[in-house]
Amino acid sequence: MGLKTPLYHSHVLQGAKIVDFGGWEMPLHYGSQIEEHHAVRRDAGMFDVSHMGVIDLCGARCREFLRRLLANDVARLKIPGKALYTCMLLPNGGVIDDLIVYCLSPTAYRMVVNATTRDRDLAWIRRQAAAFDVIVTVREDLAMIAIQGPNARDKTLTVLKPPQRPAALELRPFSGAVFDSWFIARTGYTGEDGFEVMLPAADAAKTWQALFDQGVKPAGLGARDTLRLEAGMNLYGNDMDENHHPLESGLAWTVAFEPGDRDFIGRGVLESARVSGGRELVGLLLQERGVLRSHQRVIVDGVAADAAVTGDGGGAAAATTGEVTSGTFSPTLNRSIALARVPRTANPTVQVEIRGKLHAASIVKPPFVRHGKALISV
Amino acid sequence: MSDIPSDLRFTQSHEWVRQVGNGAVEIGITEHAQNALGDLVFVEVPEAGRILRGGEACAVVESVKAASDVYSPLGGKVIIGNSELKAQPELLNKEPYGAGWLFRLETHPSTDDVALMSAGEYAKYLADAAK
Repeated sequence: MGLKTPLYHSHVLQGAKIVDFGGWEMPLHYGSQIEEHHAVRRDAGMFDVSHMGVIDLCGARCREFLRRLLANDVARLKIPGKALYTCMLLPNGGVIDDLIVYCLSPTAYRMVVNATTRDRDLAWIRRQAAAFDVIVTVREDLAMIAIQGPNARDKTLTVLKPPQRPAALELRPFSGAVFDSWFIARTGYTGEDGFEVMLPAADAAKTWQALFDQGVKPAGLGARDTLRLEAGMNLYGNDMDENHHPLESGLAWTVAFEPGDRDFIGRGVLESARVSGGRELVGLLLQERGVLRSHQRVIVDGVAADAAVTGDGGGAAAATTGEVTSGTFSPTLNRSIALARVPRTANPTVQVEIRGKLHAASIVKPPFVRHGKALISV
Repeated sequence: MSDIPSDLRFTQSHEWVRQVGNGAVEIGITEHAQNALGDLVFVEVPEAGRILRGGEACAVVESVKAASDVYSPLGGKVIIGNSELKAQPELLNKEPYGAGWLFRLETHPSTDDVALMSAGEYAKYLADAAK
């Protein structure tokens, strides 16, 4: 039997199809993942994300430690409550995990890491933390619910105590605050407005029900994946992993090279990679029917001669290949979209091999969809 | 097993066959199959006039999760494909035994034809597979 979140029984009662996800028994959908997807884009949906790891860090040198541990710079978090998206890297630049770190106070931070990487993350963090006297606490006592969509915040406010509502309403994007034993943040993984609420496990089921009674639609991992991909957000294990650095994973924007004297783990390798170019993660829009899926081969023409030499063809005219890292059917665009790691090219289109046949796909800049609106023309 | 209509016959690859008279049949995929696939996003049906052998892959159903071939259990000539599915693939999720039919076939019996199960046999087949 797999691990179960405090909301497992709520999912079963609501008719969820349960699947294994990194050892957790999680809801894939509650009937139709496309309807759940649309509910989040048009109204409000909620996800059980209690399987993710919540890790609290505290100590006088906590900030110094995180400036070493993370590729983005927590010095950017000037006021308590602010959040930062970042990668945690190996010395060779490979991505151990991507995570959100919240500043709780100058000496206390909270990280939310992926479920599938949680144990390895912890081992790595503890090893690095020892030299900084930072105390690492895993918050197994917390559940987490993400409420997302244009009406998500309004509906969530109704389940809070009346005195808490004004402060929750005032939360700025990408920041959070403590409300008694709850932590509420205006963050998410869907490209919509909303909250992520960390709360005691004992409060989880009744809060889930209260949100449901407000018309918030339960949504499973299936919709979570199509929503995040439309929003152009990476999934750990697909679009980034220990074998690829952030610059070839579409995450250059999360690496803080300034100030130049901050010696974060992986910096040396990234400094070289910055100069040499290499592959990049791009968005793809399939021009015809069919569905792009991870590991499909991408054929790229018009790769510059110096780049092609390292490819499998050699020579200026040779096609080189890349790979779809995440692909799906976009319910909002009614077309298939993907992220793919490809050699740098000036060509606007590539060919993707789907079930033995080549299909044309345009290179587009993610996000594909944000705040309910298509950002690319189909 | 209320969702296995007793007037249909079934294959191990989860297609169903309905006799519509004069040697013609209607073919689709079962409730079990649509449920396993999840929300369908594209359905490709065979064109009228196409000659099929029994057991030949002739349609593709693609869901958010995966693409699957559909096999014609019987040989014959395609009378018509269900063109409604092009615009509304979700019909197959909602009514797999009704509006979600895939194609109609004028059968030409041959030794390639796949053995078909009754509703009771198919129910037992599903139950055994779930063990």
